[in-house]
Amino acid sequence: MDAKAKVRIATTSLAGCFGCHMSFLDIDERLFDLVRLVDFDRSPLTDIKTVGDCDVGLIEGGLCNAENVHVLREFRAHCRILVALGACAINGGLPAQRNHLPLAGVLQEVYQTSPGMAGGMIPNDPELPLPLDKVHPLHEVVHVDYFIPGCPPSADAIWQVLTDLIAGREPVLAQRLIHFD
Amino acid sequence: MADNEGKSMNPVTACVAVPGVGAVVREVVARHGGDAHELVQILREVQDRCDWISPEAIDCLAAELRVPRTKIEAVAGFYSFFYLVPRGAYRVLFSDNITDRLAGSAGLKSRMCRNLWVEPGKVSEDGVVSVDLTSCTGMCDQGPAMLVNNRAITRLDDARVDAICDLIRNRVPLDDWPAEYFRVENNICRADMLLGAPVPSGSAIKAMETRGAPGLLEELRASNLRGRGGAGFDVVTKWSLCRAAPGAEHYVVCNADEGEPGTFKDRVLLTACPDLVFEGMTLCARAIGARRGFVYLRGEYCYLLDYLEGVLARRRAQGLLGKSILGVAGFDFDIVFHLGAGAYVCGEESAQIESLEGKRGTPRNRPPFPVTSGYLDQPTVVNNVETFAAATLIALNGGAWFAAVGTPQSTGTKLLSVSGDCERPGIYEYPFGVSVAQVLADCGAGDAQAAQVGGPSGTCIDASEFGRRIAFEDIPTAGAFMVFGAQRDMFDVARNFTRFFAHESCGFCTPCRVGTSLLNDLMDKLARGHGSPYDFAEIEKLNLRLRALSHCGLGHSACNPVLETIAKFRSTYERRLVHTQYVPAFDLDRALAAARQMTGREDAGAHIGEAT
Amino acid sequence: MSSFKFDGREIPFVDGQTILQAVQAAGQDIPHLCYHPEFKPHGSCKLCSVRIGERMIASCTTPAAAGMNVESDTPDINDQRRTLLQMLFVEGNHFCPSCEKSGACRLQASAYELQMMSPHYDHFFPDRPVDASHEDFLLDTNRCILCSLCVRASRDVDGKNVFAFSGRGIHTHLIVNARSGRLGDTDFAAADKAAQVCPVGCILRKRVGFAVPIGQRPFDPPPQGE
Repeated sequence: MDAKAKVRIATTSLAGCFGCHMSFLDIDERLFDLVRLVDFDRSPLTDIKTVGDCDVGLIEGGLCNAENVHVLREFRAHCRILVALGACAINGGLPAQRNHLPLAGVLQEVYQTSPGMAGGMIPNDPELPLPLDKVHPLHEVVHVDYFIPGCPPSADAIWQVLTDLIAGREPVLAQRLIHFD
Repeated sequence: MADNEGKSMNPVTACVAVPGVGAVVREVVARHGGDAHELVQILREVQDRCDWISPEAIDCLAAELRVPRTKIEAVAGFYSFFYLVPRGAYRVLFSDNITDRLAGSAGLKSRMCRNLWVEPGKVSEDGVVSVDLTSCTGMCDQGPAMLVNNRAITRLDDARVDAICDLIRNRVPLDDWPAEYFRVENNICRADMLLGAPVPSGSAIKAMETRGAPGLLEELRASNLRGRGGAGFDVVTKWSLCRAAPGAEHYVVCNADEGEPGTFKDRVLLTACPDLVFEGMTLCARAIGARRGFVYLRGEYCYLLDYLEGVLARRRAQGLLGKSILGVAGFDFDIVFHLGAGAYVCGEESAQIESLEGKRGTPRNRPPFPVTSGYLDQPTVVNNVETFAAATLIALNGGAWFAAVGTPQSTGTKLLSVSGDCERPGIYEYPFGVSVAQVLADCGAGDAQAAQVGGPSGTCIDASEFGRRIAFEDIPTAGAFMVFGAQRDMFDVARNFTRFFAHESCGFCTPCRVGTSLLNDLMDKLARGHGSPYDFAEIEKLNLRLRALSHCGLGHSACNPVLETIAKFRSTYERRLVHTQYVPAFDLDRALAAARQMTGREDAGAHIGEAT
Repeated sequence: MSSFKFDGREIPFVDGQTILQAVQAAGQDIPHLCYHPEFKPHGSCKLCSVRIGERMIASCTTPAAAGMNVESDTPDINDQRRTLLQMLFVEGNHFCPSCEKSGACRLQASAYELQMMSPHYDHFFPDRPVDASHEDFLLDTNRCILCSLCVRASRDVDGKNVFAFSGRGIHTHLIVNARSGRLGDTDFAAADKAAQVCPVGCILRKRVGFAVPIGQRPFDPPPQGE
């Protein structure tokens, strides 16, 4: 990577809880170092809504609906390096706990059987993305270059991988930075 | 324990007065002396009577055999032909070897399902019939074939399938179906020393008694006979090691499991010259000091059982089996049949011994090897059907006579089961060393592009290699020889074989249990048009892992069909790597179908197209 | 005393010891899941595979022999072990954040040790109901890795045969000794050896989950000085 040019980074959260982004912010004062090295493209941090050509894309969360798939594909198309950030991006995580249930049953239970939701109607506004029958981790839909495990990954782990990538190194996490919970 | 005398187990058998499960179990267990080592046989007999292994049957078996019910359920759950849930009074299984497929079995199966209003793999709503697939049933020369309640039916076509549907709809008992359906031909197309010259019963045993057991071993040594099951282990070494091994009992096991798809020569050998086989087992018994022998007959061949029992009865009457064989005091030996129940892995000798002991067919950790610690941990020889038959000829005619045929490292002859795209499928007995081209010419395979020699775990030979020879020095084989014409897509062949291994993995070790399924999924992904170079790299990596890490030969060879077709028919794979970027194995748009249905949406946002 | 070479070091052994046993006796280790020193080696998980010459063999079941040259901690062999772990992770449903065994799980710890960053393969997402019928234990076979330690413990130590495997191939699964299929209808008890040996979060004692804080669990990394 050219040391002079700033590295362009995009981030997003799909079927996630933004916990990984919170952990990202936990790099604390290292954020000052980071902004000297990188420009942020689409990200909750910038509020830019579309992703442009980037060096690195960080994606939190798995894929639970059509919109998730579209965003993931955009990131894959525009990011040279795609990084799956956190447990849900890597194995579906908590949202994937519904995978053993038929989707129709889930929708029925939530919107029709249980009291109080949406007047007993399954929402069908075209604005809303339709849910997939199963929640998938990112690597089952696009090629993913690197993974940072953890729920969430620690700020140190995120910092390690980012600084490795910015420096053009193969990212390596020390064993103490690898955890799945 | 609650007994369920007279209670119905299924709507059809309920029409007939049958004894309750408890009575059946007690009778069967009693016939087997209450011995839990007979569990696989006991389960088969109980199911024959009750159509499935019900929870009542398991409780009753546990009580009668004094074993925990986990043991019964563990064993019953392992074998494809045992059912822990009802599968109907007519359990139809279409043979799913690639040769059946080439002959149109998939269309016939759909036709039957349509006729009978039954979904593949499910039981009909009236509980009468189920239609599913099974691994190769060993009728490749007269397929497409099926099993109905484990009885083989050959030469299926539209008319026969329609007629069978009528019989099922009318609940005609299997015994009253046209005998023609069950006719199994030998189709011996070329005979040599084994199939060509009838040997008078007992003559080889007499010849051995003249020489003595050490003399027999000398002849075997001179013959250089190697095992016919595929691995080619030296027979005299195996018998000598077993003979020398200490043990209260020694055992002879004849491996007639013949599960390798495309192989059916043991069926023909047992049908055409069973005496050669039983005589060979008797010789082995004499050589190693065994009093008891087993024939492990694959469940698909259970129709042979009565016939073979008749042969044994005759041999007993002739003084060739039983106490004091040929009047020699202390020469006691007898043979019993054990039927397999749909588990290819039981062709592996240690898994077969586990199965004989009434367990799941999991290959053992070795050492120790069966020659020192086999059946009931006693020294045991396990040899192939054809090996025993060859030993009989050697005892009769001498090792030198035998060694004069074949090649230096592969003496004698080899039975080849020829099937697939050829005019004359059947059994061909050749001296070892015959070229692939010769076999292809003899069987009338005009435009072959490949021959799969040795079945899915064997070798795929392309046209440039037709000069290679069938011999341990070149192409070793247990006898399968499947021909693929120029019009065939070798990817489909490899995919069929991959599915076979995934279905037959015993599940013991991680790499084979999971790896064969992953490999199968990847091949399906390519077949669906979702392939990219990423998947190709994965297939190659999985192949390496399976080969290096698996517990037994099944896992080691599960990747062979894919590796070999990649090496020799690469274009058929490249044609399927239609995407340059990774795409998912599943159809994304179809993954929204349930949500579309629930919301009634059909707008553009309700669909996912191809990635741009 | 005879010895063999293990990653270049001489390891002494006595007759009857397997490679893994000898290596452990010498204070070294090889990654493993289905091996437990108190039970007969089983050799199914294959994580302990090592290379001798050109061949990979399971070190837990292969007898040690004088002069053998065993390779274990090499990038290539660890890569193969990582594949095995990834297979186990996608075969079941292993969601560590919601698992009480997290931090004390040998599957997870092995994945850390072998630096498994993702499960890599497509998940099978099997449907395996949780059995909460037993008074004191949960049986969550979503996390079962078929190591058979509970099967061996119950059969060989407890004399109960509470557990067994049924099915075949990818459908192999844990069963319990009750017609209902429920653990609560067996004679499984907290004092059983089988209650102590599960390396993952499949057989879980009730009412003690998440008692140990993160950072103090058996396989948590030691605290780092800032």
